[in-house]
Amino acid sequence: MTGIVALYIFMLAAFTGYEVIARVPVILHTPLMSGSNFVHGIVLVGAMVALGSAATPLEKSIGFIGVLLAAGNAVGGYAVTERMLEMFKSSGARGGKGSGAKAGH
Amino acid sequence: MSDLHFSADALIQASYLVTAFLFIMGLKRMSSPVTARSGILWAGAGMLVATLATFFYPGMTNFPLIIIAVVIGSAVAWISGRRVAMTNIPQMIALYNGMGGGAAAAIAAVELYRGEQQTTAGATLAVVGGIIGAVSFSGSLIAFGKLQGLIRKSLRFGGQQLLNLLILAAALVLGAMVACGYNATPAVVTGLFAAALVLGLSMTLPIGGADMPVVISLYNALTGLAVAFEGFVLGNAAMIIAGTVVGSAGTLLTQLMAKAMNRSLGNVLFSGFGDTGGTAAAGTEVTGSLKPIEAADAGVMMAFAQKVIIVPGYGMAVAQAQHKVWELCQLLIDRGVTVRFAIHPVAGRMPGHMNVLLAEAGVPYDLIADLDEINAEFETADVALIIGANDVVNPVARNDKSSPIYGMPILNADKAKNVIVIKRGQGAGFSGIENALFYLDNTRMLYGDGQAAVASLITAVKSV
Repeated sequence: MTGIVALYIFMLAAFTGYEVIARVPVILHTPLMSGSNFVHGIVLVGAMVALGSAATPLEKSIGFIGVLLAAGNAVGGYAVTERMLEMFKSSGARGGKGSGAKAGH
Repeated sequence: MSDLHFSADALIQASYLVTAFLFIMGLKRMSSPVTARSGILWAGAGMLVATLATFFYPGMTNFPLIIIAVVIGSAVAWISGRRVAMTNIPQMIALYNGMGGGAAAAIAAVELYRGEQQTTAGATLAVVGGIIGAVSFSGSLIAFGKLQGLIRKSLRFGGQQLLNLLILAAALVLGAMVACGYNATPAVVTGLFAAALVLGLSMTLPIGGADMPVVISLYNALTGLAVAFEGFVLGNAAMIIAGTVVGSAGTLLTQLMAKAMNRSLGNVLFSGFGDTGGTAAAGTEVTGSLKPIEAADAGVMMAFAQKVIIVPGYGMAVAQAQHKVWELCQLLIDRGVTVRFAIHPVAGRMPGHMNVLLAEAGVPYDLIADLDEINAEFETADVALIIGANDVVNPVARNDKSSPIYGMPILNADKAKNVIVIKRGQGAGFSGIENALFYLDNTRMLYGDGQAAVASLITAVKSV
């Protein structure tokens, strides 16, 4: 990948990120922040490559910590985001109430 | 052999393309409540594809180490993420985000200790991404500690901003040495990361708990940026795209949150407000008296209302009253009462948090309205029920210029025909400011623990 191509990718991705989020309602701010937190868990891929190419004990140790943290970012981000979004239901879907709700009359 | 490499590389590149597509579509779907649930599944599929493809990266070694690290990191995060209470979600986001920043810094560290960067540009990006990642890592850990209640004090002293500036300057000088290959010894690299980690700590320690959501959102955007920079270093398109998308989306989200909280980003980072206590007793004296009401009377009032607007605050979640509130609402809805929830942007620990807490209790999202939607409706409401909210319904924010919260957007609950406030006892709000709403002629105070008070309202409505 040449430098200029990388810059194009950077610019287009920046606009994409802005546009995708631009009209998000406030009710989704927390889940969306959590969701974007999950997306940068892609750092796992880079951490795996870094550890995969590590030669010295120092590099291996740092790489190992990197993969550990990155996996935590990705999996933890997914777990909490999925839990939050799973609870969002409209009145139409009220029939089968979520397991979290206590039974009313 | 080269053919095999070529095909493995093509497979990886194709996988990353698919991943980028799934991430962007996932985020797009996550920005509407109707499709949000599927959005995270799309993004999750993207992550799986990219992770699996990376095992085929040319020249990869250390597979046992990689697998052990992935398994341990995933297991710990999965268990903690599934178990955490919904009230504590903000600090968990901070924690996972910090881990991502730490991982980006670790990638930079491996690259820089190895010292095989061919170009100055590559080394510079590694350094900048490393600094940002390290700041995000230590800063997010502090944010986690503050929201979790592990760190209660906000460390502030004179010349703090100057000290932060000096630490930043030290990190930049060391970074420049490394990037230009001038005396880039392992000691210098270590110093660089130490300075960046300390900077994250000293930047975040003075910021009060109330401002933490904005800070967490900012660190989320910064981690995205760090990931993108390390993506440049590794020539990894998936990291560049995902990191940049999060960087720009996160920046926008940070601005939206700061705006919703009536704070500018500069204010949050450099002024050290947003703490509990301290600003008490400012503003004009409130006159009038607090008028209590019995649950039975309040219940009758609500049962015969046409329209009830409920204003929940974080106090409701602390009292774990949201399930009872929803039970009360269902009773009212069955009686033909129109029920709406009015959510202030800062009703929870961060914008949107209250919606999550209500969703957990089973409240459908279409009954929930935000400030702009609902404010005109208070005039037509028979009852506004305030539960666990205080400053966000204080009318002095609208009309008392001497008040510290003057200018903050509030919910106009005072415009409702009747206001019922559920409150544990007499006392000022989060910011220490007296609430003029409580003293209005159309306001009645229902004293008691949130959950018990709502339970007695339920009994009252049932007996009508």
